Amino acid sequence: MAETKGILGRKVGMTQVFEDSGRAVPVTVVQAGPCFVTQVKTPETDGYTAVQLAYGVARRTTKPLAGHYAKSGVEPARHLVEMRVDDDELEDYPVGTEIKADVFEVGDVVDVIGVTKGKGFAGVMKRHNFAGLSATHGTQRKHRSPGAIGACATPSRVFKGMRMAGHLGHRRVTTLNLKVIKADAGRNLLLIRGAVPGPRNGLVMIRSAVRLRGRAQQRTG
Amino acid sequence: MNPTDLVERPYLRDDLPDFRVGDRIKVHVRVVEGERERIQLFEGITIRRRGSKLSETFTVRKVSFGIGVERTFPVHSPMISRIEIAAPGQVRRAKLYYLRDRVGKKAKVKERRTV
Repeated sequence: MAETKGILGRKVGMTQVFEDSGRAVPVTVVQAGPCFVTQVKTPETDGYTAVQLAYGVARRTTKPLAGHYAKSGVEPARHLVEMRVDDDELEDYPVGTEIKADVFEVGDVVDVIGVTKGKGFAGVMKRHNFAGLSATHGTQRKHRSPGAIGACATPSRVFKGMRMAGHLGHRRVTTLNLKVIKADAGRNLLLIRGAVPGPRNGLVMIRSAVRLRGRAQQRTG
Repeated sequence: MNPTDLVERPYLRDDLPDFRVGDRIKVHVRVVEGERERIQLFEGITIRRRGSKLSETFTVRKVSFGIGVERTFPVHSPMISRIEIAAPGQVRRAKLYYLRDRVGKKAKVKERRTV
């Protein structure tokens, strides 16, 4: 099997399980796969190498997409996500390949990509962990405000990138280096140690840890 | 049913006795020392049971050489080999934190009589 492995799934929720040593481990349960390879991108045709994975049951398929699925011989799916792979790994992923939860083994280190829960328009205390202003000492209606955002006549503007209130959440986040605690291909379940971005039922992509590529995976605990 | 229940089920234990807050229990704890494994006894009064299903825990309090010792275990932990009820207790609280402020005879729990 190729070094770069990936699967799409749905976050089910969190719980804990016990290791053989008796330690309780927090895990996220992910309903992962089955996924199918619908397209292989090669340097000749696309200029880069990647495989396109399909996951879920389509609710409605547009005509152009229906043709795309018909070409690959895969049932129309709800989600299509690309995964970058190395040139020499392309041959491991012919079109139509089925990927199930057992691509990952217990102890594998993975990255999980998801879209975080949307928090709406949030102030600086929630969004950037500012301390706010004093609760007492004469502070009026400014308890949660950021305070100063710059100097006066020089530079007479606010610097770009100044942390302010604004939209929080609902952005793509990758959590790096999580450990696979259990992989169950029969029930299409993956147990991943720790928390994973996104709400319950949210789409997540699980792939081999990029930071560990070319390194022995056993070293991470 | 919670969606994660199916994952938890194989870890749940049903071999432990039904003990309550106030009971004096003996917890047989598996202790691993290097390669060897032995059983350690922790006996005391259950002062708290909290949580549900797989994450449920209980706390046992004992007074050891004049020092109060409390230990919290997950109910379904594989580290517990066995639990014995040494003496069932009759209490009127769900959490027996008041025992922490008491010493000697006042720190006793009335025994529950089963009919």
